[in-house]
Amino acid sequence: MITKRIIPCLDAKDGRVVKGVNFQGLNDVSSPIELGKYYSDNGADELVFYDITASAEGRALFTDILKKVAETIFIPLTVGGGINTLEDFDRVLKCGADKVSVNSGAIKNPNLIAQAAQKYGDQCVVLSVDVKRVDGKFTVFAKGGRENTGMDAIEWIKKCVALGAGEVVVNSIDTDGVKQGFDLEILEAVCDAVSVPVIASGGAGSMEDFVTLFKELPKVDAGLAASIFHFGEVNIKELKERLAKENIPMRL
Amino acid sequence: MVGIINYGVGNLFSLKSSLAYIGEEAVVTNDPAVLQKCDHIILPGVGAFGDAAEKLRQSGMAEVVLKEAAAGKPLLGICLGMQLLFEKSYEYGEYAGLGLIPGVVRPIAPMIGEGLKVPHIGWNGLHFPKEKEKSPIFADLAENDCVYFVHSFAAVDCADFVTATAEYGAELTAAVARGNVYGCQFHPEKSGEMGLKILKAFCNL
Repeated sequence: MITKRIIPCLDAKDGRVVKGVNFQGLNDVSSPIELGKYYSDNGADELVFYDITASAEGRALFTDILKKVAETIFIPLTVGGGINTLEDFDRVLKCGADKVSVNSGAIKNPNLIAQAAQKYGDQCVVLSVDVKRVDGKFTVFAKGGRENTGMDAIEWIKKCVALGAGEVVVNSIDTDGVKQGFDLEILEAVCDAVSVPVIASGGAGSMEDFVTLFKELPKVDAGLAASIFHFGEVNIKELKERLAKENIPMRL
Repeated sequence: MVGIINYGVGNLFSLKSSLAYIGEEAVVTNDPAVLQKCDHIILPGVGAFGDAAEKLRQSGMAEVVLKEAAAGKPLLGICLGMQLLFEKSYEYGEYAGLGLIPGVVRPIAPMIGEGLKVPHIGWNGLHFPKEKEKSPIFADLAENDCVYFVHSFAAVDCADFVTATAEYGAELTAAVARGNVYGCQFHPEKSGEMGLKILKAFCNL
């Protein structure tokens, strides 16, 4: 049976992981290679790297390090951040990424999704959406959640899937950082609207939140989180054992 | 030396890296002379069947694969590379494959029924047919060990050669073997520790 995926997400700047990571036994807590290896050895089903670098030099450092990550870690790697053109897809795929996540780049130019899907296949194109409620409506935000696009989130996601996005990461700004659980309401609406895999992001504060996510919404394919994994509040191996006990299919 | 066939399809970085990681020397090449010297050959592939089959022929690599396979060299097709081992595929048309393994490739959508997503993407457990001896490339795996799949088409009408299946609304063909010719529908180079064990076992054939 296909298993639900647990995905840690790492933010990188100038080739280093930011947002302090707190593990014992790691020599270099901001090395994407060491952290990637740690997560891979501890049950992560996939790794997501967001490159939050703004400069061209930083970008180059990131692709360099990505290559090294892909030389030592043999689970799927998704890369996002600053993906605006087909050349950006090419740059990270050549360095070992399996999937590329687009967000603001697709908002600026939705056709990027169609072009990339045609060139690399749907499975390679991940749509990442930052959603926030505005006057009770699910609304798409751009630029890391700073800019209201005014677009309806469900319509936007449907459009991108029709263009060729093979997976959707739904990040709820309303629940992100609050650690009170995933945004089940928006996730359910997305699952009902599209037939591609849906990855839940934003709001996980405990193991229970993942149990609730997969029990309440069996259509959700994966749960993504950052800080609770990085700070050791939730250990991925233990989380997966817990979920398996709840009869949620897991790769153990 | 493992020869990874380069016929202009797909990204071979991870495959080459995974072989390096398990200590196997590998070369990505389309030179028949180099492939002849290799003791194992891997046929990778992502993308559409028709396009890949044509590139394989145009590059002259189809002929080389058939020759090396006939010579008894262990050959491993991965993902689309596995599908290319069959007689034909019905992916957006009808295209001839290499015909090394009897069977055809068809869309999974009608097989798996309603409610399941296509492509079949993610980690799924392998099941080994109980009535058969386990394929040597799975020697170090146990029933239900998970590997990573990404595909919308699967091989059918090849029951005699199936060495592993995966449950996804139906028993999908996950791996096949016929003599020295092996195929994996999943990606061993993306299947963590289990994938490395499979690659290692293949290289030890």
